[in-house]
Amino acid sequence: MAEKKAKGWKDIPIGGLIDKAGSAADYKTGDWRTFKPVRDEKKCINCLICWMYCPDSAILVKDKKMTGFDYEHCKGCGICASVCPVKCISMQKE
Amino acid sequence: MRKVVAMTGDQAAAEAMRQIEPDVVAAYPITPQTEIVMGFAQFVADGRVQTEMIPVESEHSAMSACVGAAASGARTMTATSANGLALMWEIVYIAASTRLPIVMPVVNRALSGPINIHCDHSDTMGARDSGWLQIYCENNQEVYENVIMAIRIAEHKDIRLPVMVCQDGFITSHAVEGIKLYDDKQVKEFIGAYQLEHSLLDIDKPVTYGPLDLQDFYFEHKRQQAEAIKNSLKAIPEIFAEFKKYFGSAYDFIDTYKLDDAELAIVALSSTAGTTKVVIDELRAQGKNVGLLRPRFFRPFPKEKIVRALSGLKAVAILDRSEAFSGQGGALFAEIRSALLDEPKRPLTVNYIYGLGGRDIDLQQIKSVYADLEKIVKAKKVKDLINYLGVR
Amino acid sequence: MQELVEVRWHGRGGQGAKTAAQFLAEAALDAGKFIQAFPEYGPERAGAPIRTYTRISEKPINLHCGVVNPGYVVVIDPTLLSPAIVEGLSDQGILVVNTNEPIEAVRKKTNFQKGKVGVVDATQISLDTLGRPMPNMPMLGALLKVVPLVKLEDLYKNIKAKFLKKIGEEKTNANIAGIKKAYEQVRVG
Repeated sequence: MAEKKAKGWKDIPIGGLIDKAGSAADYKTGDWRTFKPVRDEKKCINCLICWMYCPDSAILVKDKKMTGFDYEHCKGCGICASVCPVKCISMQKE
Repeated sequence: MRKVVAMTGDQAAAEAMRQIEPDVVAAYPITPQTEIVMGFAQFVADGRVQTEMIPVESEHSAMSACVGAAASGARTMTATSANGLALMWEIVYIAASTRLPIVMPVVNRALSGPINIHCDHSDTMGARDSGWLQIYCENNQEVYENVIMAIRIAEHKDIRLPVMVCQDGFITSHAVEGIKLYDDKQVKEFIGAYQLEHSLLDIDKPVTYGPLDLQDFYFEHKRQQAEAIKNSLKAIPEIFAEFKKYFGSAYDFIDTYKLDDAELAIVALSSTAGTTKVVIDELRAQGKNVGLLRPRFFRPFPKEKIVRALSGLKAVAILDRSEAFSGQGGALFAEIRSALLDEPKRPLTVNYIYGLGGRDIDLQQIKSVYADLEKIVKAKKVKDLINYLGVR
Repeated sequence: MQELVEVRWHGRGGQGAKTAAQFLAEAALDAGKFIQAFPEYGPERAGAPIRTYTRISEKPINLHCGVVNPGYVVVIDPTLLSPAIVEGLSDQGILVVNTNEPIEAVRKKTNFQKGKVGVVDATQISLDTLGRPMPNMPMLGALLKVVPLVKLEDLYKNIKAKFLKKIGEEKTNANIAGIKKAYEQVRVG
């Protein structure tokens, strides 16, 4: 992981406290991926079962319609492809 | 205004808790701590405190509830002994590493087995690396005052660590002594209001306590804990000074008795130090230059004070009321001996393990230690580094 | 009074040896003395022999070990009499026993020949005053006659403070009457 130098003990809150809510989003888990999900828009029926199952909240939805994947956080686990009732999601090599 | 009343060490701790009136007490009774929890539960039942008392089903739950309560910003207390402390072990470390200022009177008792309910220090000595501060009390008055002071120490912004206030099981916990009590109002004023900077219940500023902390930050958090212990050596004297201003009693990290011109000294924690003072008076009357050093705090370890006090003496016997099975003596001995190593004028040191499982340590045993020290000085060397005092 | 007075109480679990040791200490505390009172915990069961201690001093008490050489030994239960009961008690010491037997019989059972012995039938006194065998309070009265460690008034004040709310006026007065009676009836030789 290419990251800026992590903070030292003098610069972080004591006791392991995380003093910012929702900071998990800052952790880009997208680069853990070997296979990425790709959707066939024509086949998708927008049932949003993938959205319910995705463990990383990486299914993007707008106006009750699936619009794609958050590749910054999708770890490529393939659950979405597995649960899709119309098999419109395929896992493809990065 | 102050009044002198007859109280056991346990009652003294419970009375201090009543005056502190913590927001939350989660505790489980265990001998010889029972009368603390029993006494405090009575205060709750009688409506004399507004504390939320959680009668948990085990010590593991007691400390867990304390961690949750303290993280929410509640002033939190519990109390335990021996096997109870052992059962809360996992959470004891979590309380310290999460930097929650929980105050816990611990009534020292031998940690089984063989099963035993009487005094030794094996329970809290085992917790010496847990990150808690540890205060050891000689008598009931100190129990009362240290419990009150511990609140300020734990909550101090440069410390923010939990504190154990230790006293000797049965020897002081169940012995009635006269103690000076201070006004409720004065005690409340001294401890002041408590406001945690980040409360788990503050929905406007949500925070996370106790997240997974792996190779990337765990070490940094441990380094912070070490710094907090170090800081406490600077911050605690401020609290001593303020306590003296409020109540008149002078405190320090160590207590000494006739040590200034002494050649031989005993180092001992808690109630044994009192008995040693009586022996010192007797030996001084015979013209012997003997003295005592009693660390009041084992964490933070007051290294500078101890080294300064013992430097220049001819021989020092360090008494441990617990066995460490290291072949290097008890914990108090190992740490003090190590602290003295760089001191050019260091005394000869010898270790005595004593009083395990409540075995009484009487005047004769203590006299025999001073007699041994005389022999050591004469021989200019320590023959047996580790000795067992009062064992058959 | 000597600088440090140590009293050892012998009783059986349930006879109030702990309470007696504590009441004596508290009365002394009220009189401005320094005190300790503590039991020697063993098997905490009704009937088991137990020992409790009172220390009274003009100066703060630093001692935190058991009492090895008591100045006074009080035996609340006569069946405990044996030479072991006077262990550590010097010839200058005093033994006070709840018994309906004469002083000579106590000396014989305990082998305590030189020091003073006080006897009183505290069990009978408690039966007469309280209606049940609770000899601990009468034994306090007997001890205080033998050696005035505290004033009776200080003891009564303490007992009233402790007992009135707990057991009511009638029983509190019965306890005090028992103390008075034993104070009057104890024989010393």
